[in-house]
Amino acid sequence: MRGGRPDTLMAVTHGKLTRSTRLSLGAIPFVLLIAAYAVGSHLRRLENPADKLLPPFGKMADAFWEMATVPDKRSGDLLLWSDTALSLGRLGVGIAVAALIAVSLGVLIGFVPRVRASLAPFVAAISLIPPITILPILFIIFGLGELSKVMLIVLGTAPIMTRSLAQAVIDIPREQIIKAETLGAGPWQLVQRVVLPQIWPKLVTAMRLGLVPAWIFLISAEAIASTGGLGYRIFLVRRYLAMDIIIPYVLWITLLAYTLDRLLHAFSRRAFRWAHLEGDSL
Amino acid sequence: MSFVAVRDVAVSYDETPILERINLDIDEGAFVTVVGASGCGKSTFLRLLLSQESATRGTITLAGEPIPDRPTPDRGIVFQRYSVFPHLTVTENLILPLELARSRHFGRLFGARRKALCTEVDDILVRIGLAHASDRYPAQLSGGMQQRLAIAQALLMKPKLLLLDEPFGALDPGIRRDMHELLLALWEEIGMTVLMVTHDIAEAFKLGTRLIVFDKVRHDPDAPTAYGATITYDLPLRRPSAQRTDIATASVEAADALDQTISLLTNENRKGAPQ
Ligand SMILES: Nc1ncnc2c1ncn2[C@@H]1O[C@H](COP(=O)(O)OP(=O)(O)OP(=O)(O)O)[C@@H](O)[C@H]1O
Ligand SMILES: [Mg+2]
Repeated sequence: MRGGRPDTLMAVTHGKLTRSTRLSLGAIPFVLLIAAYAVGSHLRRLENPADKLLPPFGKMADAFWEMATVPDKRSGDLLLWSDTALSLGRLGVGIAVAALIAVSLGVLIGFVPRVRASLAPFVAAISLIPPITILPILFIIFGLGELSKVMLIVLGTAPIMTRSLAQAVIDIPREQIIKAETLGAGPWQLVQRVVLPQIWPKLVTAMRLGLVPAWIFLISAEAIASTGGLGYRIFLVRRYLAMDIIIPYVLWITLLAYTLDRLLHAFSRRAFRWAHLEGDSL
Repeated sequence: MSFVAVRDVAVSYDETPILERINLDIDEGAFVTVVGASGCGKSTFLRLLLSQESATRGTITLAGEPIPDRPTPDRGIVFQRYSVFPHLTVTENLILPLELARSRHFGRLFGARRKALCTEVDDILVRIGLAHASDRYPAQLSGGMQQRLAIAQALLMKPKLLLLDEPFGALDPGIRRDMHELLLALWEEIGMTVLMVTHDIAEAFKLGTRLIVFDKVRHDPDAPTAYGATITYDLPLRRPSAQRTDIATASVEAADALDQTISLLTNENRKGAPQ
């Protein structure tokens, strides 16, 4: 049925947006949130000038600036940067190890039916263990040092990354494997020239998805047992209700996570151009 | 002694017979086209010749030897889709077989040796009309361009037997005609044996030196899957004297045969497949 409205409707669902429209539309929720906070903070401080719950922007900026530029009295470190370095280091090592496991197991499971039969159910089961529940076990086995924090990230992300990579290998059309064999490829050459190159972009996607829980595990492990790191800091200053540090730290962590995600995406687009030729990607 | 000899071959999947009592001898250098109702087992037969699958019974020999149990470079394949590698550019797709042959461990060459390979395939690129697109990925090519690349890639290993499974099924008629020219020219030049599955009967007549038809001879209306398909027609096609074949110049005899077969096939089709 053709009514009088379809054109407007079509424009809503199919319209192409200019860059500036897109940017300003995207900014609306952020602006609203910030405005709501400013109003809330103002109202609370009208009632109680010493309110700590919703500190004003200026106070947060000062506190953040201090963390970034004034050396800590006890350690002499610039806390923001030393915390960031510690956390990113743990996150990086954890995700890197998880990626290594995911690629090697994923290819084996996806490519070798015998390995699939023996490992796929195991990996599926392991991936269902809520990782936080094994944190105490990790602390008992590996102590309170770096190893248990990294292990938590590895154990929390490697199983799902392995599963998605194994699926990516299985999804390579059978025709391609056969074709490569008729072109003279042996099994090892197949892995190197057909399988691995096609799962690299999937690995980047898996890492991007793995980073979401990885941040949670990192912050949790740091909160429970650590002497530095972004998660440690937040939970430390919580005792003094230091919202002026916590909120900027949360924003900083969000910014780091976002930047990391965008960098990986940009890397994939550059390095694996063939994988981004069709369709949109987030 | 025939080049390909198929003796009493049968295939079933989970007790369901797909093919039965297949006997076929193919001479070296023949261009065999295969037609038949959808789902009757043409692709299955092709996969047997490729060693992608093995027969439930019977034997297949290639140049006197039992066929290997894995796909090997002596048999090239072009599928309807997924025949070229999406992560490699046109040039990279073409040099891949050469790289695989020359670098046993990594299947990859670097620097000057790779450059040399790229120059080696330059002529082929021109020949298949992809010289201007040599740096594009398959996703950036049209269907016809992709299939030209797939054929050229399959022929790089100089296979004795080239297997094609509806290679032009997804192409426009005009493009298809160009592809026929290319395929025939390459076949005459290289002299390999070709076995091509197609749904297009005119195409089967135009290209083949021999046409075989797969169909079910036995049919039980109560149990449509009780019997498998076999070869029901095997027509030698007289190729017009000149090397270049054109359907317009085909003999009256061939045209009659065409009409007959089309009506036969459409009858069988109605019976065999719902589509
Ligand atoms: N791996 C499999 N397991 C079970 N049945 C299968 C399998 N592969 C194919 N079949 C069945 O075998 C029959 C023949 O399939 P095949 O693909 O060979 O048909 P085809 O003649 O190539 O059909 P089309 O013209 O549509 O390509 C079909 O009925 C299909 O359902
Ligand atoms: Mg088929």
